[in-house]
Amino acid sequence: MSVESYIRKPNRPLQLYAAIFLITLYLPVLFLPLFSFNDSLYVRFPLESFTVRWYVELFARDAVWNALWNSVRVGVAVALVSTTMGIFAAKAITRYRMPGKGPVVTFIMLPLVVPLIIFGVALLVLMSQLGVPLSLYTVAIGHMIVCLPFSIAVLIPRFEGFDASIEEASADLGENAWWTFWRVTLPMVGPGVLASLMLTFTVSFDEFILAFFLSGTQPTLPMYIWGQLRFPQEFPSVLALSSIIIVVSFVIVFLGQWINRGAISASTSGDAS
Amino acid sequence: MSGNNGFISIQNVDKYFGSFQAINDVSMTVGHGEFFSLLGASGCGKTTLLRMLAGFENPSSGEIYIDGQPMSDVPPHMRPVNMVFQNYAIFPHLNVRDNIAYGLRKQKLPKARRDDMVDEMLELIKLPHYGNRKANQLSGGQRQRIALARALILRPKVLLLDEPLGALDKQLREQMQLELRALQRTVGITFVFVTHDQEEALTLSDRIAVMSRGEVLQLDTPGGLYERPQGREVASFIGTMNFFDGQVRGQTAEAISVEAAGLGVLSIPETKGRFVEGESVQIALRPEKLELMDAAPTDGSESTKGVLQNAAYLGERSHYYVKVDGHETPIAVSAQNRFDGSFAVEEGKPVWLTWRDEAAVVLR
Repeated sequence: MSVESYIRKPNRPLQLYAAIFLITLYLPVLFLPLFSFNDSLYVRFPLESFTVRWYVELFARDAVWNALWNSVRVGVAVALVSTTMGIFAAKAITRYRMPGKGPVVTFIMLPLVVPLIIFGVALLVLMSQLGVPLSLYTVAIGHMIVCLPFSIAVLIPRFEGFDASIEEASADLGENAWWTFWRVTLPMVGPGVLASLMLTFTVSFDEFILAFFLSGTQPTLPMYIWGQLRFPQEFPSVLALSSIIIVVSFVIVFLGQWINRGAISASTSGDAS
Repeated sequence: MSGNNGFISIQNVDKYFGSFQAINDVSMTVGHGEFFSLLGASGCGKTTLLRMLAGFENPSSGEIYIDGQPMSDVPPHMRPVNMVFQNYAIFPHLNVRDNIAYGLRKQKLPKARRDDMVDEMLELIKLPHYGNRKANQLSGGQRQRIALARALILRPKVLLLDEPLGALDKQLREQMQLELRALQRTVGITFVFVTHDQEEALTLSDRIAVMSRGEVLQLDTPGGLYERPQGREVASFIGTMNFFDGQVRGQTAEAISVEAAGLGVLSIPETKGRFVEGESVQIALRPEKLELMDAAPTDGSESTKGVLQNAAYLGERSHYYVKVDGHETPIAVSAQNRFDGSFAVEEGKPVWLTWRDEAAVVLR
């Protein structure tokens, strides 16, 4: 328990390494908010005076709000559908014995490692072959493929975290599979579901490549930012918008992780007695 | 379509998991209101059999009847049985009251009536003020009681218990044994109890089925199992047992005469089995049926001379190990440590063993 115990002994070189690691990871990102408050069109040092006018300008633009609304609609739909599918997939993966389960799971998880540009091209070809017009719907379909593995990855530990005998107990006490799911399984994996919703929403909200290939006339927010990059005078506004997106994404992801972690520690501490 | 005359009737049940046979042609009946135990080492099939009664597994062949109804097409949630799980499987997201009331949803009772039933159960399990606690605020013994109450509130025809006392420490386990037995008498429900602890099974049960490798070795009362085991495996699994190689010398209507290595000729009451002269058998004799003496008995009763090898002091009793000519392993003798001083332990000291022939059991 003491700080001096062997495994917890502070290690200076490793602490230094950790600090350098985190700085290298996030320093570039920090330049975005820094220059978004800089009263100059150009991203360069030394900084000019402090301003919020890029933010004010941003809020005056209908196109930004329009793109934001598109991204939110796609994000919410993708989060709901992929989390629902993720719940069933994670339950199947953790609860049932079936032939070829390993390969199937690998196959579902594949979008995590396959370059998105390949999925983008493939889906674009598929949509045009099927004659499906590109729209926010096609973007959402693309995002679901990417979000499903994230959802499953978040939910599997939740399902593994509680004993299958709890579901058996529900059946034993007279509830069929459907009621057992509602009264026991869903509440038990609830925090994981919330975390999955937040994570998949964020992934969809931030995604650019698939949206680039699959969107029609309606841009998502990352698409809008991409479009603005052509105009140098718009660049500070892009920085401002990006800063907002980063902050909101961080908050959502951390909130999701925090809910999930807290719930896991609460449920395991109960088994100690 | 009634299954035999027992309340629970298990008929020629086999169970395979892949090519592994977990249950091998098991048939038995359990009476109404009986405290029935399935006893055996882990992997003997006792839990599989219990899970088949609950409906979580189905027999590969054979049929299980409960109260006359065949069970093979009845899913777990439709069966008139409830189970207390080994780890209790308390719902961690619900408080104690909601755990106990979980199975009442389908009965659509008015809230007041349901609250009364839960209160009654909390009273029965002696946790009247714990209704609003969360599952993770409970000790092992308390969880076990909640699991019992949650099952009993549904008034099942049969209560299944899967090693419910295994996770408790010794003192609490003994207390819960007494309470469980009293509870079973109070509610009058048939209990089927799975355990690997032979002492626990002997204490609690009306009858016990001793299982090994998916088969029932012997189904008997606790006394029957202990005093008249029907095979070496049962004899050695229940309690401690001394075994002696023997040869049949003759048999009458009431008794069989056997010459046992190290003991001499014994005349053992045996009416069931038929033995031929010269047949090799084993004689089993419990440590507490033997008596240790400093000198040869003067009353002319059977005795054999040996050498005291060592002794183990266990508090209320001691175990002595005596080496006897003609018998390889030392013979275990168990004796109460009485007020008048224990048997003086000196290794290598000559001692005499006496016994009554009726206490011995002939095993094939």
